[in-house]
Amino acid sequence: MNLRPDPTFHATPKLAMEAPAETLAFTLMLSPDGSRPDGLAVVDVDPTSKTYGQIVHQVIMPNTGDEFHHFGWNACSSSLSPLSGHAFLERRYLIIPGIRSSRIYIIDVKEPLKAKIHKIIEPEEVFAKTGYSRPHTIHCGPEGIYVSTLGGGGPDGTDGPPGIFIMDCETFEILGRYEMDRGAQDKQYDFWWNLPRNYMVSSEWGLPPQYENGIVPEDLLSNKYGHSIHFWDLRARKNVQTIDLGENHQMALEIRPAHDPAKEYGFCGVVVDTTNLEGSIWTWWRKEDGTFEAKKTVTIPPQPAAADDLPELLKGFEAVPPLVTDIDLSLDDRFLYVACWGTGEMHQYDVSDPMAPKLAGKVELGGIVKGTKHPNGKAFGYGPQMVEISRDGKRVYWTNSLYSTWDDQFYPGERGAAMVKADVGADGGLTLDKDFWVEFPEGYRAHQIRLEGGDCSTDSFCYPSV
Amino acid sequence: MEDASTATALWWAVVASGVYHGINPGMGWPLAVSAALMERGAGALYKALLALAAGHLLAMAMVLFPFSVMVTLVEWQRELRIGAAVLVIGLGVYLLINRRHPRFLARVPPSRLMLWSFLAAMAHGAGLMLVPIYLGLCDAAAQEAGHVAAARLMGSDALRAGLVALAHTLAMAASGGAIAVGVYYWLGLAFLKKSWFNLDVVWALSLIVVGAVALFASH
Repeated sequence: MNLRPDPTFHATPKLAMEAPAETLAFTLMLSPDGSRPDGLAVVDVDPTSKTYGQIVHQVIMPNTGDEFHHFGWNACSSSLSPLSGHAFLERRYLIIPGIRSSRIYIIDVKEPLKAKIHKIIEPEEVFAKTGYSRPHTIHCGPEGIYVSTLGGGGPDGTDGPPGIFIMDCETFEILGRYEMDRGAQDKQYDFWWNLPRNYMVSSEWGLPPQYENGIVPEDLLSNKYGHSIHFWDLRARKNVQTIDLGENHQMALEIRPAHDPAKEYGFCGVVVDTTNLEGSIWTWWRKEDGTFEAKKTVTIPPQPAAADDLPELLKGFEAVPPLVTDIDLSLDDRFLYVACWGTGEMHQYDVSDPMAPKLAGKVELGGIVKGTKHPNGKAFGYGPQMVEISRDGKRVYWTNSLYSTWDDQFYPGERGAAMVKADVGADGGLTLDKDFWVEFPEGYRAHQIRLEGGDCSTDSFCYPSV
Repeated sequence: MEDASTATALWWAVVASGVYHGINPGMGWPLAVSAALMERGAGALYKALLALAAGHLLAMAMVLFPFSVMVTLVEWQRELRIGAAVLVIGLGVYLLINRRHPRFLARVPPSRLMLWSFLAAMAHGAGLMLVPIYLGLCDAAAQEAGHVAAARLMGSDALRAGLVALAHTLAMAASGGAIAVGVYYWLGLAFLKKSWFNLDVVWALSLIVVGAVALFASH
């Protein structure tokens, strides 16, 4: 416990943007075949440092087969909440779930270069206390740490629906399920909220048999992946509305609400439209009467390609879908970054008008067909995937792996891990930094990135920017 | 004359404890700022303050009124004072050992500010802190009345409890309100982080001190 609020907690997104820039990044490393333990890489992102762009410390786990994916902090700016304030927590621990093993690691990064394992929660405990499996997204909220899961009970995770559970933010003890009334929700992926307005939004990927051993083409073509987003009364733990985006809009993944809680809208990325292979961005918003609505505001078309250039899975389509697999919103709610993992592009949209996003910048890198090289001449395996934005909005980092078995279907053969950085122009525009290229240890792939002191997909703010 | 000055000092203690509660962010002034910013108007700030004050007043009254009934049991006066002091000290010690936040407060929706304020005050023993002061006031009043304590009416003790709760709450709302207004108009939200100190230990110690003073005074 601190005597003063942690310096990385900020009342408003604007104050967070004014805080000192990040000097370190934390990136998850996964062993795609489970042959070696997964790890956390601490990356130097301080341009004035001699080890800029290098991994300066690694925490390698004691188990194999975890498959690291997403992760988060034990505490964020939500600790300054006027309602459930917990201002004296430390932002000190990273909560890293194994999406395949259901094991959860708590890593102490107080001294980042000596980061170490603080606690391990075994899968059996997760199963016993929640009936859920395959933990995924982490957010700090009113009642503690909220963890979304992709699977229910049983060996294949289909015994009961997946959902969200709550962990104590100090002891990391699992407290139990979040939902009191889940309504129509039967699949789960991401979630986020507006704390002062007291609502939460959650999304859907698919159930474990639909993704664990690779994408199931029959399920995709018969529109069996998730295509709804759910709105919740956050503190009543009740699903108040479900919006079906239409069954052809397969895999509604990342939920990105405006960071400024005075704004009552946000975005959701849809991986693929099965009628035309488009990727799309949806804007959802809360209306005067408290109900929600959602509308498709960006479509990204597939790119024609010769069957010979395509992996088995896509040959019949003679086109490469953009595959919108991650999106991220800058803290000023101005730019939305959209990873097109299939075509190998990172798009930057100006979303000042959330109902009419405008393409403001674009970087081509990797891709199933194009395979665009990095400006430093190196091959960028796979496509731009997990994206993270610096608090000040000036730097954008991303890695290249989606999910072990899916990587192999869309990009056969081992393509290696990569983490790159692009600089944002004063009025938009995106340029790759030629000098930033992280070399990862052999045999690993890279997934989500977290920035020291918080970033654009961790912190929930309780006061409007003024 | 000494009794009168004791009474004055105790009334100041009532006001001081109100100021103390008011400036503590845990008792809600940041909610008033947040309401004004979210609703985009100062009106929401005052409305929120009113709700917070009402909840606090209710919590004070709820704790003090039972004591105002018990205080009429004149022959048990000393026991009552010792009991109250021990209770307050006990809560202080408990809060000192158990530093966990009451999680049920997180279930209260942001729209129920009065309920939130009431529960926050109850959970932190804000009302109990007033009990020894209140009992001291009753005692001073009885002394002044020339030891005709037997004639003490239940009504006047209840009235005094109401006044103590009201004076305390007014001081609480005024001090918390002053900070909220200051932050809203001039200081900005950066002040929130600058002014937020971890008072958990100080708060627990305050309870112990108030209880201990009352305990010694009752001899």
